[in-house]
Amino acid sequence: MTAPKTLYDKIWDAHVAHEGDDGTCLLYIDRHLVHEVTSPQAFEGLRLAGRKVRAPEKTIAVPDHNVPTTLDRVSGVIANEESRIQVEALDKNAKDFGVHYYPVSDVRQGIVHIVGPEQGWTLPGMTVVCGDSHTATHGAFGALAHGIGTSEVEHVLATQTLIQRKGKNMKVEITGKLKPGVTAKDITLAVIGETGTGGGTGYVIEYCGEAIRDLSMEGRMTVCNMAIEGGARAGLIAPDETTFAYVKGRPHAPKGAQYEAALAWWKTLYTDEGAHFDKVVTLKGEDIQPVVTWGTSPEDVLPISAVVPAPESFEGGKVEAVKRAIAYMGLEVGQKLTDIKIDTVFIGSCTNGRIEDLRAAAAILKGKKVKDGMRAMVVPGSGLVRAQAEEEGLAQIFTDAGFEWRLAGCSMCLAMNPDQLAEGERCASTSNRNFEGRQGYKGRTHLVSPAMAAAAALTGHLTDVREMM
Amino acid sequence: MEKFQKITGVAAPMPLVNIDTDMIIPKVFLKTIKRSGLGANLFDEMRFDRQGNEIPDFVLNKPQYRDAEILVAGDNFGCGSSREHAPWAIRDFGIKCVISTSFADIFFNNCFKNGILPIVMPQEVVDTLMADAEKGSNARMTINLEAQEVTTSDGQVFEFEVDPFRKHCLLEGLDDIGLTLAHEASIDMFEEAAAQSRPWV
Repeated sequence: MTAPKTLYDKIWDAHVAHEGDDGTCLLYIDRHLVHEVTSPQAFEGLRLAGRKVRAPEKTIAVPDHNVPTTLDRVSGVIANEESRIQVEALDKNAKDFGVHYYPVSDVRQGIVHIVGPEQGWTLPGMTVVCGDSHTATHGAFGALAHGIGTSEVEHVLATQTLIQRKGKNMKVEITGKLKPGVTAKDITLAVIGETGTGGGTGYVIEYCGEAIRDLSMEGRMTVCNMAIEGGARAGLIAPDETTFAYVKGRPHAPKGAQYEAALAWWKTLYTDEGAHFDKVVTLKGEDIQPVVTWGTSPEDVLPISAVVPAPESFEGGKVEAVKRAIAYMGLEVGQKLTDIKIDTVFIGSCTNGRIEDLRAAAAILKGKKVKDGMRAMVVPGSGLVRAQAEEEGLAQIFTDAGFEWRLAGCSMCLAMNPDQLAEGERCASTSNRNFEGRQGYKGRTHLVSPAMAAAAALTGHLTDVREMM
Repeated sequence: MEKFQKITGVAAPMPLVNIDTDMIIPKVFLKTIKRSGLGANLFDEMRFDRQGNEIPDFVLNKPQYRDAEILVAGDNFGCGSSREHAPWAIRDFGIKCVISTSFADIFFNNCFKNGILPIVMPQEVVDTLMADAEKGSNARMTINLEAQEVTTSDGQVFEFEVDPFRKHCLLEGLDDIGLTLAHEASIDMFEEAAAQSRPWV
């Protein structure tokens, strides 16, 4: 009998194309997603070496980081010259090398990690890479998915493999049920609060437990998306009926007999009883509260009921980092998190730009108005999410409440486009990183769930969404 | 890729923990379609004010560290995004080696692709190296990859671990794609087998 395997072990073993004497492997890549920021140097490298894309049919490109999300972009011109050059370079590279492409003008365009699953490119048991750390998102399907650098993008384009050593196995179990007002975003932030941003370094995380099983695919993508903020390159959730129901019928999902064959294999993709994990973290679902970040690292997270902590309550190098963070964020030690005033609310990103996220925010906003002077925007994760939200009447709820209703893109998550915070501007954001300057020079970011972001938009300060339910 | 030679040079101390890739190279500089020239903007928001003037307190602006070739940094260096612009900027500035107690995975990996050696050392060793780096330009540290040794300015020697394959590639300046294509037959065989077993892919 073979030794029991984890889900990660099974996917890994199914993709080793070559193993060297020292254990260095060539891992075969089933899907390569490409965006405009981390790919131009890679395509240029191919040109210089006279190489082709080995598997253009497994390569999918979409511009997202740079594209403006304002409605006037339909006129077709990106005002910022450098951004325009980068997007045009992707237009050209996609055409020259013959890869699948969703240009800015395509209704299916959006954030690469939302478009991939939506179009059925991401399937259980696959290896998926992209020159973007939030590739971890696709792990929600039980696919081994992680970010890579540009040299590796070039390597995958040329060889359809990656030089890899196997990581370690980590299990994150969320037991029981979530309380009302607590979402996938709160789970993933609470886990990072527990493990720290370096806690997953060297590991692939498998998320499991009843609270994870109960999540929709959208929620599972939110959880896996932020595996990287916990240091893990990849997060995984074993596929189940929820996964299969989501995948079935998508444009690039298998059909008919091939679907049945695929399904039979997908159903073997789970961690065997007794398989070994190198590290285990367990949280009780009922203990998780709506959380917010107060500092400049995703690990600086606390329940909304808490206060800004004192630097002295930390250890080692973190003491100085916390002092710096509190100064940068313009907060006082002991200040109640609910007393922190907000200038801007951003709902969107590959973390929380899916239909369920927009529904959750709209449920809080329905029939209400944002606080006077509040700048609030919703940026759907893809053109199709936007269309669906319009059909469901969510767009109307947002605009009635005083939100701007935008076109799809990465937008204010990383401010490589016109959507940015001004110096000192404070934002409740559904994105994934609260680093210094992430949303704009000297901008201040508080990471929250979509429902919590909506609540803050109404009151003008960080707010416990449970008081509005 | 350039071969990694033995370095004897100035080490700059950056004890801050969780130095992320947005700090190393802010996103406004990711709009380039080239790999070169990013050193001018390394740590841009920490190094320069909004008018482009140097912030004198920042370590790489101090006269003794302007030509640093080694960085000794706090825990979890390079966390955040996968942008290879981070190691491009570091290397373009002239830094060839970063020492810390831990690195984010993607950044760590990206370093080796660009002729940068990331060295993981235990906390007490990093503390000693940090103190050595604090001494300034007269205190030159030596990094010997061949022997896997770091030598401080006062002659203390610390061994470090490095993956043998990555060590070989750095020392020889090897191109990964060329190495992988030597196994092209294995990739072909894998693809043919996968087309049978998982035809939907």
